[in-house]
Amino acid sequence: MNRVKDFFVRAGWMVLPFLVVAIIWETLARSGIYPPKLFPSLVTVFEALVRLVVSGALWTNTQGTLVRLVLGFALAGVVGVLLGIAMGRYRVVEDVFLPIVSIGYPIPGLAYAPLFVLWFGLGDLPAVLLVGLASSFSVTINTWKGVKAVREIWLRAAQAMGANDRQIFLQVSLPGALPYIFTGLRLGLAQAWRILVAVEMITAVLHGLGWMIFGAQEFLNTDVMLVGIATIGAIGLLLEKQVFARLEAHTIVRWGMMSA
Amino acid sequence: MKLRSPSWVSFRRGSIGVLVALGAWEAFARSGLFSQALSPPIETIAVSLYQLFADGSMVRNAGATLGRVLLGLLIACLIGIPLGTAMARYRAWERFWLPLVSVLMPIPSLAWVPLFILWFGIGDITMIVVVSYAATFPIVYNVWTGVRSVNRIWLRAATAMGASESALFWKVVLFGALPYIITGIRLSFGRAWIAVIGGELLASPTWGLGRIIFDAKEFLNSSVMLAALLVIGVLGLVFERVVFQEIERRTVARWGMVASGKQ
Repeated sequence: MNRVKDFFVRAGWMVLPFLVVAIIWETLARSGIYPPKLFPSLVTVFEALVRLVVSGALWTNTQGTLVRLVLGFALAGVVGVLLGIAMGRYRVVEDVFLPIVSIGYPIPGLAYAPLFVLWFGLGDLPAVLLVGLASSFSVTINTWKGVKAVREIWLRAAQAMGANDRQIFLQVSLPGALPYIFTGLRLGLAQAWRILVAVEMITAVLHGLGWMIFGAQEFLNTDVMLVGIATIGAIGLLLEKQVFARLEAHTIVRWGMMSA
Repeated sequence: MKLRSPSWVSFRRGSIGVLVALGAWEAFARSGLFSQALSPPIETIAVSLYQLFADGSMVRNAGATLGRVLLGLLIACLIGIPLGTAMARYRAWERFWLPLVSVLMPIPSLAWVPLFILWFGIGDITMIVVVSYAATFPIVYNVWTGVRSVNRIWLRAATAMGASESALFWKVVLFGALPYIITGIRLSFGRAWIAVIGGELLASPTWGLGRIIFDAKEFLNSSVMLAALLVIGVLGLVFERVVFQEIERRTVARWGMVASGKQ
């Protein structure tokens, strides 16, 4: 009995904030202070959602965005992890690349967007390259830090037990650096996600959530824009909570390197 | 993060790395593979940079961008610090705001730009709203974490010495949470910096670094674009490394709450 009550209390607390916001929104929308075209009621937004789902437009756009995200992030992951490992392992590579990476890191990837459009034209290619470039820096830096931060005592223990360089690297340094690498990938993915939407607006891709929002602006379709924003938020939440939390639970948490 | 070894060898190798990168760019630019309008040689970029500074437009544009970021950060602090503190101290506030914060946080601020343009027009207001949106959440989140993790012993000691509720807050809780608050503001600056450039590219207000890039694209002035990129990078670096590191060094590091130079 108590458990059932508990569940309802918790569910109530979960719903309450959204209910309050929805009521405020609806009151504002219906009060007529703002034109309904600019500040649509939630019913209109919901209708737009149904319309977009039924016509398949929402799915096509989401698909386009996700494919771009995966490609760009894969690019950043491969380049960033490899470069980061090389920087952590070889002093020469570190000395040569660290200044370049440190200079490039604070430039928002988005600032390159118009330049990339000039270089690679409109469409998917510049979008994927930009997302890859923007998210590769945090992957590189975190991987490098991770390889550097592997505990001295683990290395010495492996050495004392007669491991050769290769074994130490593959079986001690790499797994030891994994928490940092994951942090880097996680940060990189979040960054990629944050700029991808804006990149789509600038590079005018064929299908994409960012482009959907941008296109809807031309026709004052605020309901479509809000559906797009909500979809973007839902995917962001899912990426953060599901994908990475799972990945971590299966590796570094299980190995006892980090608490869940 | 500091360069690990300030030794001569690393410095020389680092300079060689940068020089090789610059040389590769120069060779690429002059090779004629791309037209020089698209990949200008370094000399042209330097001339553009000089001109932008000489006619005063760069200072004015950078000033507009920085002003927006700082104002947005200020608003984010004014909202985020009280909200984060209240969330950490009162259960009801936490229960009400945490779900909203966790749902709104993963929405990129730039996704709102087209909608904000319709609502607030293409001026400073849109920019500042976007920057505040981007900057508020990291501050709320970090203040919330920071206030909760203030050392219990400090709280008990202060209470035992007869501190009132308000003294406890102003003299213990706020300072105890300071390392987190500073981290939050630092993170927020990074987000705000991206948001302002993206916002300026999309909404193109009269002045701004993003506006320079946007305009330069129309006229195929890639040397101007690269010069603006350089300024954006340097400003970001200066804030991240110099301003925030200095604030950290003078406050929390000096008080022995975190090791200096860490992170």
